[in-house]
Amino acid sequence: MAAEGHKLAIFRGLLKFKSNQQKIWGVLIFLSIVTTIEVALGIIKPEVLMSSFLRMKLLNWIFIILTIVKAYYIAWDFMHIRDERSGLKNAIVLPLVILIPYLAFILLLEADYIFDVMEAGFVAWDF
Amino acid sequence: MEVTTNASVEQTQVWGGGNKPLNASYGKMMMWFFIVSDALTFTGFLVSYGFSRFKNINSWPIADEVFTHFPFLHGIDAPMYYVALMTFILIFSSVTMVLAVDAGHHMNKAKVTFYMLLTIIGGAIFVGSQAWEWKNFIKGEYGALETRGGQILQFVNAETGKRAAIQEFALGIESDRATHQSYNGIWYQDEKALPNVSVAEVKKGFLADPSLVIRTQQLTEEGQKTVLTRDASLAKIDEAVGVVEGANLIHNEYGNRLFADFFFFITGFHGFHVLSGVVINVIIFFNVILGTYQRRGHYEMVEKVGLYWHFVDLVWVFVFTFFYLV
Repeated sequence: MAAEGHKLAIFRGLLKFKSNQQKIWGVLIFLSIVTTIEVALGIIKPEVLMSSFLRMKLLNWIFIILTIVKAYYIAWDFMHIRDERSGLKNAIVLPLVILIPYLAFILLLEADYIFDVMEAGFVAWDF
Repeated sequence: MEVTTNASVEQTQVWGGGNKPLNASYGKMMMWFFIVSDALTFTGFLVSYGFSRFKNINSWPIADEVFTHFPFLHGIDAPMYYVALMTFILIFSSVTMVLAVDAGHHMNKAKVTFYMLLTIIGGAIFVGSQAWEWKNFIKGEYGALETRGGQILQFVNAETGKRAAIQEFALGIESDRATHQSYNGIWYQDEKALPNVSVAEVKKGFLADPSLVIRTQQLTEEGQKTVLTRDASLAKIDEAVGVVEGANLIHNEYGNRLFADFFFFITGFHGFHVLSGVVINVIIFFNVILGTYQRRGHYEMVEKVGLYWHFVDLVWVFVFTFFYLV
C-alpha cells in the first residue's frame, strides 16, 4: 500500500491532515484528550453524573462510550481500517460488533437475575 | 487443452492466487483473523468479569481504593494516576509503531529502526509497570479479617475515617505457634507461611482501641462501603476466622475473591500479550537492522506486527475502563 493511499480526514471530514504522519499525531492528541477526560472524571466523580440510567451510573455510560470512541480511532487510524476495502472492513468489524454486545447482554442479564435470587432467596450467603 | 491462451491466463490469475479481492496480503489477513478471534477471547474474560460483578453488585471492591500507589510517593493516596500513566505510555508506543509502519512505506530504514526501538522501550516500561502493580496488589496494604462465609472485614478509624492496618493495631500474644514444616510431621506435609499476626492478636488490639470500627464488603446506596458502629463491630469481629494480608487466587484482602482472580487473569493475559508483542517487536527490529525488509522490497512485516501491537493497546483501553474506571 503506497503512502498516497491513506485517507487523511477524520471526524467525518471535519479535520483534514496534510500527511499521514500529521494524522498520526493528531489522533494521538485526540486520544490523549479523551483519556485525560476519563481520568479526570474518574477522580472527581461529579455528583451530577452519579444518577442511574438504564440500571447503571451515568458516569459509567460515559466511560464506556469514550472507550468505544478511543477503540474506533485506534482501529481506524492506527490499524488502518479506514484504508481497507469495505469487504475486509466488514469481515473484521461486523463479527465483533454483533457478538460482543450479544454476549455482554445475555451474561449481564443472567448475572442480574442471579443477584436477585441471592438477594431475595431463602439461603444465607453470608454465614 | 483446447482453450485459447488468453482464457488460460485469466484462469491462473483467478485461481492461482493472483487475485486479491480484499486488497490485503495473505499474512495481513491472517493477522486480522487472529486479532478478531483474540478479541473474542478477551471479550470472554471481560464479560465474565462483568458477570461476576453484576452478580455481586452490592459488594464489589471499589477500584479507586485498591489501586492507590504511585512510584516514589509512599503513603500518598493516588488513585488511578499510575494506570493512567501506563495507558499513556502504551498509546504512545502505539504511535511510534504506526510511525514505524509509515516510515516503512517510504522505505526509510533508519526511521523504522528508530521508531521500532521506541516502541520496544514503551512496551518494556509498560510490562514493568504491570509487574509493579501486581507486586503492590499481592503484597496488600492494610490487611483484613475473613469470616467463615468468606466475607472480608476491614478496619477503619472512626475518628479520622482512615483505614487502619491490622499490623499496626494488633497486640502481641505470647504463643508457640510456628509455621509447620514438612520435616516435623509424620506425613511430610507443610503449611503456607503464617500471616504476621493472628486473629487473636488482631482481636486483642481491636478491643483495646475504642476508635476502631469494622468496614464490611457491602456497599451503601451511595456506593461506599458500609461502616459499622462500634457495638456492631464488636459483635462482628467474633465471626472472623482468618487473617488476610494481600491477595492471591484464594484470599483477597480487598473484598470479593473473584476480584483478585479476574485481576490476575485479565491483566495477566494482557501482560502476556504485551510481553510476546515486545519479543516479536525485538525480532522484527533485528530483521530491520539486518536489512531483511530492505532487500525484500517492502516493510509489510512491520505492518503486521504493528497490527498486533495496536490490538494490545486496544485491549488495554478496555481493560483500563472496566477494571479501573467503571
